[in-house]
Amino acid sequence: MTEILKTEGLSRYFGAVTAAEDISVTITAGEIVGVIGANGAGKTTFINMVTGYLPPSKGSISFGGNPIKGLGPRKLMRKGLTRSFQIPQLFLELPVIDNLAIALAAAEQKQFQMLRPVRTPERLGSAEEILEQMRISQYRDEMVTAMPQGARKLLDIALAMLGSPRMLLLDEPTSGVSLEEKYTLMDTVMEAVHARGLTVLFVEHDMEIVRRYVTRVLAFANGVVIKDGPVEEVLADTKVQELVTGKYHEHKNPGGDA
Amino acid sequence: MHLDKTEISLIGVAVATALAAQLSPDWLVFTLTLAISTALVVMGVVMLMRAGLVSFGQGLFYCLGGYAVGLGGRFLGITDALLLIGLGVIVTVAVAMILGLLMTRYREIFFAMLSLAFSMILYGILVKSHGLGSTDGFGVVDWTLLWLESETADGANMALLLAIGLALTIALFLNRYFKSSIGLACEAIRENEVRVEYMGISRQQVLYINYVLAAAVGSVGGSMTALAAGHVDPTLAYWTVSGEFVFIALLGGTGHVAAPFIAALIFTLVRTYAVELAPNAWQMILGIVLLLIILFLPKGIWSLFTRKKGAAS
Repeated sequence: MTEILKTEGLSRYFGAVTAAEDISVTITAGEIVGVIGANGAGKTTFINMVTGYLPPSKGSISFGGNPIKGLGPRKLMRKGLTRSFQIPQLFLELPVIDNLAIALAAAEQKQFQMLRPVRTPERLGSAEEILEQMRISQYRDEMVTAMPQGARKLLDIALAMLGSPRMLLLDEPTSGVSLEEKYTLMDTVMEAVHARGLTVLFVEHDMEIVRRYVTRVLAFANGVVIKDGPVEEVLADTKVQELVTGKYHEHKNPGGDA
Repeated sequence: MHLDKTEISLIGVAVATALAAQLSPDWLVFTLTLAISTALVVMGVVMLMRAGLVSFGQGLFYCLGGYAVGLGGRFLGITDALLLIGLGVIVTVAVAMILGLLMTRYREIFFAMLSLAFSMILYGILVKSHGLGSTDGFGVVDWTLLWLESETADGANMALLLAIGLALTIALFLNRYFKSSIGLACEAIRENEVRVEYMGISRQQVLYINYVLAAAVGSVGGSMTALAAGHVDPTLAYWTVSGEFVFIALLGGTGHVAAPFIAALIFTLVRTYAVELAPNAWQMILGIVLLLIILFLPKGIWSLFTRKKGAAS
């Protein structure tokens, strides 16, 4: 399999605080990788470093065999590495269709056009297609502020998928979404991911979601990767259970006393 | 070229105004010319506002446009109005291209204060320039428009027709600009800069282009004011003048290309009558009008039209 993302010794310090330390990971094309860990374990810091949101203190990152450390979000997007956010990053006071239209114009590198309307029939067609795929067509002409949280998450991911990415990093795609909606949302996202043949790295707290949708897991604790491997193997690991999933404690103290 | 409904309406209103001006008294023609010129500068403020930036220094470009007309006539011997306006645009764009490199790095109050600072620097320089009349300024040469001379022809009417022509051209351009990729990118930047970057759009480049265009539009307004009034002085760059542009932009709202024109006309008329009715309290009348607009029409006068549309649908 072809290697798509590789990090070596990736670290990030905030003064005396170590947010991520010596993260060395290789992801191959087509993998769906889950990133788990307690709050403050370094998951989002890792995603932020890979996607150019946060410069690493040391270490290297390569994407598709080319070094990408130091590149900003714009250049990474052009290389095919994109992301969604834990808190959806959308244009709240614009209609949903315009959120997609501007993303499509940017993907075509036509963001500086001054006299042609951004809403071309081709772009509207593509926007409607992805809205349908993400099952949020009913919000086409609504302002984003009128959308519920689950639909906003889907729009955020839809925006990240425009522009032919090769790899998608999802930061807690189901956070803030109701229990009933979670699986529908993930089914929709995964359908779109498979249709595009994307490699996915996603941060998730819900272990049932991880079990159901990923093949490989990176378990983070205290800024380091404590376990990397197939999903069942990682979730069964005692250290992971102790520091991440909490099952080890539950097992040892069924009454819940720490 | 296909024209949309707004464009047809703009052309219709421009033609109707030009025809009505033929029957109007000189004072109204002059007031209308000033209102249109002001609206052009306000249009620049609106362009910036759509990108989430508030400029308290658009008077800088207004003044550059005005002084380019004055100086072009006085020192370069240019009398053709279009050439003088073109000269103003060239000078303004050159200045804006330099300032824009710095300005587009700032947001919110920092952008507002920095824009104000630059306009006040120009004001300070002009006040100290005795060769340019210091605080009194100087007169603009008698200008011509193609083959017509403003002195022999009906000067006020000519100025209005020129203002209408320029305003229509700019309004038609901006109507398309606001609906284009870059126009929407400006609004996207106002809404969420992080997402804009992750879409592969350079915020800096978009804001830079928008800033320079807004300056050019403001310059045309300044040049038109100078041609109509026949005089320029440093107050064109004074911060209260820039404040008036922001006032009018808030009055009209940013929802439509026609909003600044309606707001500028209302502002000019309210001010004219407020000064006449209450010479010592006219600022208070303007203040109350703005307060009422902010309270009841936070998106400006234009929201009256969109509300009506919304209610109808």
